[in-house]
Amino acid sequence: MIDKLSWIAVYPEIVLLVMACVILLVDLSVKSARRNVTYVLTLLTLALVAFLSALYADAGTTLYGFGNMVVSDPMGNWLKCFAAVAVMVTLVYGRPYAADRDMLRGGEMFTLSLFALLGMFTMISGNNFLIIYMGLELLTLSSYALVALRRDNAIATEAAMKYFVLGALASGFLLYGLSMMYGATGSLDVNDVARAIATGQIKHQVLVFGLVFVVAGLAFKLGVVPFHMWIPDVYQGAPTAITLMIGGAPKLAAFAIVIRLLVEGMLPLAIDWQQMLMVLAVGSLLVGNLAAIAQTNLKRMLAFSTISQMGFVLLGLMSGVINGNTMSSADAYGSSMFYVVTYVLTTLASFGVIMLLARDGFESEEIADFAGLNQRSPLYAAVMAICLFSLAGIPPMVGFYAKLSVLQALVASGQVFHLGLAVFAVMMSLVGAFYYLRVVKVMYFDEPTNAHVVSASTDVRVVLSVNGLLVLILGLVPGGLMSLCAHAIAQMMAP
Amino acid sequence: MGLLSLAIWMPIAFGVLLLALGRDEQARSVRWIALIGAVASFLVTLPLYDGFKLGTAAMQFVEKTSWIERFNVNYHLGVDGISLWFVLLTAFINVVVVIAGWEVITRRVNQYMGAFLILSGLMIGVFSALDGLLFYVFFEATLIPMYLIIGIWGGPNKIYAAFKFFLYTLLGSLLMLIALIFLYTKSGGSFDLATWYKLPLGGTTQTLLFFAFFAAFAVKVPMWPVHTWLPDVHVEAPTGGSAVLAAIMLKLGAYGFLRFSMPIAPDAAREWAWLMVALSLIAVIYVGLVALVQQDMKKLVAYSSVAHMGFVTLGFFIFNDLGVSGGLVQMIAHGFVSGAMFLSIGVLYDRVHSREIASYGGVVNTMPKFTAFALFFAMANCGLPATAGFVGEWMVILGAVKFNFWIGMAAASALIFGAAYTLWMFKRVYLGPVANDDVKSLTDINGREFLMLALLAVAVLYMGIYPKPFTDVMGTSVTELLKHVAMSKLN
Repeated sequence: MIDKLSWIAVYPEIVLLVMACVILLVDLSVKSARRNVTYVLTLLTLALVAFLSALYADAGTTLYGFGNMVVSDPMGNWLKCFAAVAVMVTLVYGRPYAADRDMLRGGEMFTLSLFALLGMFTMISGNNFLIIYMGLELLTLSSYALVALRRDNAIATEAAMKYFVLGALASGFLLYGLSMMYGATGSLDVNDVARAIATGQIKHQVLVFGLVFVVAGLAFKLGVVPFHMWIPDVYQGAPTAITLMIGGAPKLAAFAIVIRLLVEGMLPLAIDWQQMLMVLAVGSLLVGNLAAIAQTNLKRMLAFSTISQMGFVLLGLMSGVINGNTMSSADAYGSSMFYVVTYVLTTLASFGVIMLLARDGFESEEIADFAGLNQRSPLYAAVMAICLFSLAGIPPMVGFYAKLSVLQALVASGQVFHLGLAVFAVMMSLVGAFYYLRVVKVMYFDEPTNAHVVSASTDVRVVLSVNGLLVLILGLVPGGLMSLCAHAIAQMMAP
Repeated sequence: MGLLSLAIWMPIAFGVLLLALGRDEQARSVRWIALIGAVASFLVTLPLYDGFKLGTAAMQFVEKTSWIERFNVNYHLGVDGISLWFVLLTAFINVVVVIAGWEVITRRVNQYMGAFLILSGLMIGVFSALDGLLFYVFFEATLIPMYLIIGIWGGPNKIYAAFKFFLYTLLGSLLMLIALIFLYTKSGGSFDLATWYKLPLGGTTQTLLFFAFFAAFAVKVPMWPVHTWLPDVHVEAPTGGSAVLAAIMLKLGAYGFLRFSMPIAPDAAREWAWLMVALSLIAVIYVGLVALVQQDMKKLVAYSSVAHMGFVTLGFFIFNDLGVSGGLVQMIAHGFVSGAMFLSIGVLYDRVHSREIASYGGVVNTMPKFTAFALFFAMANCGLPATAGFVGEWMVILGAVKFNFWIGMAAASALIFGAAYTLWMFKRVYLGPVANDDVKSLTDINGREFLMLALLAVAVLYMGIYPKPFTDVMGTSVTELLKHVAMSKLN
C-alpha cells in the first residue's frame, strides 16, 4: 500500500515534521535571549515548506497517498503555501513582542508554531475523516499551549482555559458528527462517503443528523454565530502574537476542512448544509458587525470583525449549488477561498501594527492607544489604514474584490432570495465601515496622547511594509490571485 | 500609455511621491512639487481637447486592456462629448486648489497636497471609465482621500462631518454595487458599459436598477431630500475640500445619471422622470428658500449648490437636447462658480476665522480688489448674462418650457431666489460701513489669492461670453444619448 507516490504526496509534511523535531533539539543549546538561531532556522524551514508547497501547487497535479488517506491537490497546496507564509510572517512580527514579555525563555513558541502548522497541513491534506480530525487536534492542542505560554499572566491563562474547554467541546461535536456519518455510510474516506451518499440508499434523516454535528463543529472552528463565544475572549486575552497565530493561518486550514468535508464529502447533501450555513452567515454578519461597534479594545473589535468576515466566507460557500445544479459551484467556492486568503493577509498586517505599538510590557490594544499615530509614524498608520479600508471593503483595497466575488456568487444564483441576502450583506458592511473608520479617525484625526516614536527592527519594518503594500497592490491587480483560487477550486471539483 | 491614463495616473504618482517623501520641515519644496504635479497633470489633459473630434458620439482616446480576467473586467477608458470637459475641469480645479492651500495649510502639508492630487486623478478616472467595475472602483476610492481631508484639516465638528460624508455616500454606492453585479450576471459576464446599453431588460428589473443607481447618484448630486449631508460637510471641510466637493464631486453623481441610469434603464428613466423632475423643482425652489435664511456663508453656498444641481437634474430628465446640454453646461459652470465662491469664503475665513455673515460688513472698504472678484462671482451665481452661470440655466429653462410651460415657469422663477440669497449675502458681508475691528484690520488679497481668483474669473467670463467650445463638444453625444434613451429596451 505504501508506495513511492505516497511519500511524494506528503513530502512537505515530512520536511516540516523532521525540521520541527530538529529545531526542538537545537533550541536546547541556544542561549541568546531572542533565540536568534531558532528563529532563523524556523523561518528557513517555513520558507522551504512554503516553496515546496508552491512547487507542488504550480505543477497542478493531484496525488493520493496511503490508500487515499491523504490528498495533495492544487487547492490544498496553495493553502499550505499561504499558511506557511502566514506563520512565517506571524513569527517575524511576534518575536520582538514575545521577547519583551518573557515568552522566549524557551523556544516553545517556535516549535509549537511549527507543530500547529503541521496540524494545519494535515487538515488540508486529509482525505479521510480520521486524518482530518487528527490534524485538527494537533493544531488545537498546540494552540492551547501557545495561548497559555505566558503562564504567569492571569488573562492569558483564563483565555487558554476558555479556548481549551470550548475547543474540546467543538472537537467533540465534530467527532460525533463524523462518527454518525461513518455509521451511516460505512466509510471514513471522504470520496467513499460522497459516493455512498450519492447512491441515495442511505436514510436521509440519519445523514442530516450527523451533518448537523459536523457543521456545528466546523462553525466552532471558523468562529461563526452562534458558536462564536470563544473568539472575542481568546483574541483579547491571548498575547497578541498568539492571537495572530490563532486568527491567521488556521482560518486557511478551517476553510480547507470545510471544503473537504462538506463539498468533497457531502456535496449531495448541499441543500441541507447550505441552509445551515445561511443561518450561520446571517447571524455572523449581524452579531459580528453590531457587537464590534461597542468595543473599545481593538483586539476585541477585530475579533468581532472576524466573525462578520467569516459570515461573508459562508455566503460564498452557501451559494454553490442551486436547485441541485453544480454549474457555478466552483466559482462560488473559489470566491470564498479568495476571501479567506485576502482576509488572512489583511489580518496579518493589522495585528502586526498592534504588536509593533506594544512595547516594554505595555499593551497597545485599546483603540485610544492609536491616537495620532499618523503624526508619530505615518508609515504604520498608513499600513493600518489600508488594512482597515480593506476589511471595510472599500476599493481599491483587496478586501473590496473579496466582497465583490462573494456577492457575485450570490447574485449569480439568480434567486430573488439570494439577491436579498446580498443587499443585507452590503448593508451590514456599511455598519462595518463605521467601526473600521473609527479607528482610522483615531489614528488620523486625533492628537497623539504620547510622543513615543514607533521603532521597529529591520525585519519587522520590511515585512510589515510589504504586507501592507500587498493589500493595496493586490487591490490594483487582483486578477492573478483570483484566477489562482478559481483554478485551484475548479480542479478540486473536477470529477 | 494613453493620454487618459496619463491624466489619471500622473497626479496620483505625484501624490504618492509627496506622501512618501514630504516632511513638514520641507513644506516649501512640498508645495512646489505639488504645484508642478498639478500643473503638469492639467497640461496633459489639454491635448484631449485639442485632439477631440467633433461630430461623432463615439468614445475617443480609447484604451482597453484586460484587468481582472476572472470577471472579464477591462481597464477600459475613453471620453465622449459628455465627459471630456469634466476631465479638463477636474485637472484645472486641482491646480486652483493647490494654489489655494499654499500658505493656509501648515500642518502635514505633504499629506494635504498628496490627498488632493490623488483625489483629482481618481475623479478623472470616474469620468473616463467605460467599464462598470472600473467606474465603481474610482467612484468609491474618492471617498478615502476626501474623508481624510475633511477629518484632518476640517473645522471644529470635522469628525461628525467626515463620518456623515463617508457613510452617507457609501450607503448609496453599495446599492449600486449590487446593481452592477446584477447587470454583470444578466449580461452573461460583462462589465462593459456598451454591452449594458444594448441589454434588453424587463420593466420591473429596470425600475429596480434605476432606483439602485438613484441611491448612489442622488446622494452624490445631492438631490432633495438626500441632500442633508452636504451643508454639514461643507461647513466643516477645509476651503480646498469644499471647493473640490462642490466643483467636481457633486458632478460625479449627475454624470452617473447620464452614463448609467438613463442609457441602461431608459424605460424606467422615462417612467420615473416625473419624480426626478419633481425632486429637482423642489431642490430649485424649496432649497433656494432655505438658502435665503442661512447665517453661515458656507452653508448658504452649500444650499445654493443643491439648488443649482437641481437645475442640472431637471435638465436631464426632460429629455430634450437643450435640457441635457444645458444641464451639462450648468455642471461645468457650477464647477467654476461654486469653487470660486468657496475659495472667496476661504479668503475671508483665513483672515477673520469666522464664516458667520454677521461677523462681517463693509469688507469693500478694506478689501476693494477682493470685493470686485466676490461681486463678479456673486453675479455669476445669480446667473447674470455674460457669466458662465447664465448659459446653463438659460438652456435648461428653455428646454423646460419646451417640455412643459409650467415647469419652465417654476424653474425660471427660482432664479429670483438665487439672486435674492446671493445678493443679500453680498450686501451684508461686503457693502455698508465697516462693521467691526476685525473687518477694519483686513488686508486685501495677495498675489497668490489674486492668481487663484483670476484664473477662475477668466474661466467664468470666457464661458459666459463664448460657450460655443463647450456646447459644440457635447452636442453630438447628447443627441445620440437621447436617441438611445427614446428607444425602449423592454423585452
